[in-house]
Amino acid sequence: MLSSQIKSNEIVFGSCNKDLLEEIIFYGIGLGADFVEIFIENTDNSSVLAEEDFITSVSPSFGKGAGIRIFKEKKDGFVSTNDLTKHGLMRSVSQAIEMLDITDNKKREVFNGLNNHRDYSLSKKKWINEVPSIHEISEKLLVSTKSLKKNNKIITRKGSYSRNLQEVIIASSDGTYASDIRLHQTVGLNVIASDAQYRSSGSRRFGSSGMPNEFRLWDHEKAANDVFESSMNMLYADYVDAGQMPVVLANKFGGVIFHEACGHLLETTQIERGTTPFENKLNEKIAHESVTAIDEGISEGSFGSLSVDDEGMEPEKSVLIKDGILKKFISDRAGELRTGHKRTGSGRRQNYSFAAASRMRNTYIAKGEHSKEDLINSISDGLYCKSMGGGSVGATGQFNFAVEEGYLIKNGKLTSPVKGATLIGEAKEVMPKISMCGNDLELAPGFCGSISGSVNVTVGQPHIKVDSITVGGR
Amino acid sequence: MNSKEITAQISKAADFLNLKKWDYGASFTNDYSVQVDKGEAKQLKASQKQILTLRVWNESNLVGITTTSDISESGIKKALNLANIASDFGNKNERTEFSPLSKDPIEIKDAKKRNPVGIKKLLTILREAEVKLLESHESIKSVPYNGLSESFYERVYANSDGAFRSYSKSQAALYLYARAEEKNKKPRSSGSVKLGYGVEDIDIDSCINDASNKTISHLNYSSIKTDKYLICFSPESFLTIINAFSSMFNARSILDGVSLSNKNSIGEKLSTEALNIYDDGLHEKNISSSPFDGEGTPTKRLCLINKGKIENFIHSESTARIFKTKPTGHAGLGSKVSVSPDWIVVEKSDENSDLKISLDHSTYEGEFVYIEELNAIHAGVRASQGSFSLPFDGWLYKKGKKISIESATVAGDIKYLLKNIVNIESSQEVTTSGISPHIWVDELSITGDA
Repeated sequence: MLSSQIKSNEIVFGSCNKDLLEEIIFYGIGLGADFVEIFIENTDNSSVLAEEDFITSVSPSFGKGAGIRIFKEKKDGFVSTNDLTKHGLMRSVSQAIEMLDITDNKKREVFNGLNNHRDYSLSKKKWINEVPSIHEISEKLLVSTKSLKKNNKIITRKGSYSRNLQEVIIASSDGTYASDIRLHQTVGLNVIASDAQYRSSGSRRFGSSGMPNEFRLWDHEKAANDVFESSMNMLYADYVDAGQMPVVLANKFGGVIFHEACGHLLETTQIERGTTPFENKLNEKIAHESVTAIDEGISEGSFGSLSVDDEGMEPEKSVLIKDGILKKFISDRAGELRTGHKRTGSGRRQNYSFAAASRMRNTYIAKGEHSKEDLINSISDGLYCKSMGGGSVGATGQFNFAVEEGYLIKNGKLTSPVKGATLIGEAKEVMPKISMCGNDLELAPGFCGSISGSVNVTVGQPHIKVDSITVGGR
Repeated sequence: MNSKEITAQISKAADFLNLKKWDYGASFTNDYSVQVDKGEAKQLKASQKQILTLRVWNESNLVGITTTSDISESGIKKALNLANIASDFGNKNERTEFSPLSKDPIEIKDAKKRNPVGIKKLLTILREAEVKLLESHESIKSVPYNGLSESFYERVYANSDGAFRSYSKSQAALYLYARAEEKNKKPRSSGSVKLGYGVEDIDIDSCINDASNKTISHLNYSSIKTDKYLICFSPESFLTIINAFSSMFNARSILDGVSLSNKNSIGEKLSTEALNIYDDGLHEKNISSSPFDGEGTPTKRLCLINKGKIENFIHSESTARIFKTKPTGHAGLGSKVSVSPDWIVVEKSDENSDLKISLDHSTYEGEFVYIEELNAIHAGVRASQGSFSLPFDGWLYKKGKKISIESATVAGDIKYLLKNIVNIESSQEVTTSGISPHIWVDELSITGDA
């Protein structure tokens, strides 16, 4: 499916394109570029939606394109195109050169040709034949939505699946020449429950990378029970009272707060903009000593894992914070060029139409030594956030996150469910207040939208306790 | 291939596959954008993009769809094949047809299509704008988020029944978000966005002044006590909340069970009789207007709330057929056709005697919270439940003086909010998402740090 019918003088997926890529790069360097990078992709995607007891949408899509980036000193020009012919790619290089106003081509960088091809796709070409068929997906989604029909208070049931297969070729004037095939599958369940004036919703999403069989192994019954239980627990919940209070955040998707509120501030794009309070805090304490935080792209099957980043570098495991001390920033090529922080294999983009930027992969707070009960027992009056919704971070670092499923903590025990809670704060003020970490680290898949588009990530943490945070409510 | 050639190519390939019924939507876009950092070019971008969404109907009249960026002869054939395969899974319970209005005349406004000014000119303009903004106040230290772009695009809809419509236009956008810092205070940030048909139509000085004034006005801030307050929504923030809960007027959402409304909600009283809300995609101030929707239905002005009561829902072809009405020009082409509003216009109706007209944001001397901009909509709105809890930028007004609110959220219920509108100011303001006056609402919960 991924091999296109290609004319001569055009990029051919699954073949050696070295001569053509070298020609394009030589062309750019010859015109005076300091650095030339070519990113080419071919995609084959499909998504299926089940509503109630019917398949209501099947959406295949495919496409191809190239993103060409030229650096001159610290500025860059980026051109994207659907035209993968030699002529089209050279025209894009010319356009980028012209945009950067490069006229002095005397001081030429040296390009010694591309290195040996690093082909990460060899064992992955069979994936397209191993992923479940639309028929198989449809049948399992329908069984899943049927499992959600547990009582007459459930008024809306949805199951959705999407599969993205992306074949990439990356080449640049430092000799980088790599190709890869990436497979991401995600499945989600959603319900709305209603009884008289009461309404609640529940949702869960699961995802993997590089595991064609994963959807078949997905325990839809367990997922359906979890979503149903969550919506029932919240159906008659009262609104939470606003105020400052201690909070326990659940593991898995609870890690979205660290991702949004702190993780983004450790990307070099934020240093470039001057928008992170942690810019000059390397080797300084920025969090409670119980906090160690990691960003990596290597956990097998995790949604944010990759064999090679979108700039041709293998991902590394980056310890961002060690025992509360800031140790590293997440960096891409432009980040290294403009801030001096070494690349971490984190140059990522949604597709060919975005220039890569420093982005998180699998990002989580490491496990501690406490049990979940230890954390809850330590609070006399607070909030347990079992399931988090989405959130956002403002331009000056303030964050807020919706709590999808919350429970009051009274005298060390979980009591009544509450809805409408929002956690509000600032990373540099909240990080020192994470005083206890549980021993139950788990990860959850998600999508992160930022400067280079939407990318697959994993968030995660064990249960953690924040000594005090603002809870928005009614 | 141009749009006529694409149509001919699809027709030929469909004949070969014995597909009698098909339609497609396509867009062709050229974008140019620049970003700067302290006077230097940071990133310059150009992109050429084409997208084709193709639907076919099989012998059982079930629909299949495929989307591709490969608009070559082989790409079109592959797309038709995939759509044909997908049609085996077409929705038997809700049939899709061509819009009965897909051949009706469309209203194409004056073609305000501008010529590209080019990257170098964009860069010069943005550099100058950044310098002016930095010089506008000593506390403004950087403009971390900035950009100037121009886009040129063509949109096409055609079907096997002979409908063919296309239009092309241009659009430019400037955004400037400044960051201000003062000793012993938290950094504050705010900004402005301006749109135009071309760069020459954008009021650049106004964008600079808005970004500067907004940012500086937040330098003196204070936390706010958690309590219930009288609220004045800016036009932009009120439009944000109406758009966030537009599922109340959306027939697709009603059929999917995710709307607060139901099939019988036409005529339901939601608000004061003084409130009128329209969707008016062709409004002269709507830079992004489109003369037809994804199914080829002409765009038109539609009253959503008339004197406080729901007057109409927005529809696609299939929802209109189910509701026994006509499509309204709000469809997005997809395997499951989506429905969404275009351009919301909020007005004060003639029946406005119950309003408290003394509530005017520029003269009122009592205590109130002015909400300038709502944030994190995707996270803080539960449209299917009617609730919201949203951070905002704004001020607390007391005795005619205002102080910026450090960090706070406003929470409530959309039906409560609409029912508790106590004034709709007379003067409307144009924003990037619609037109609205300032709207006053009694007793909404604010959570602050104090």
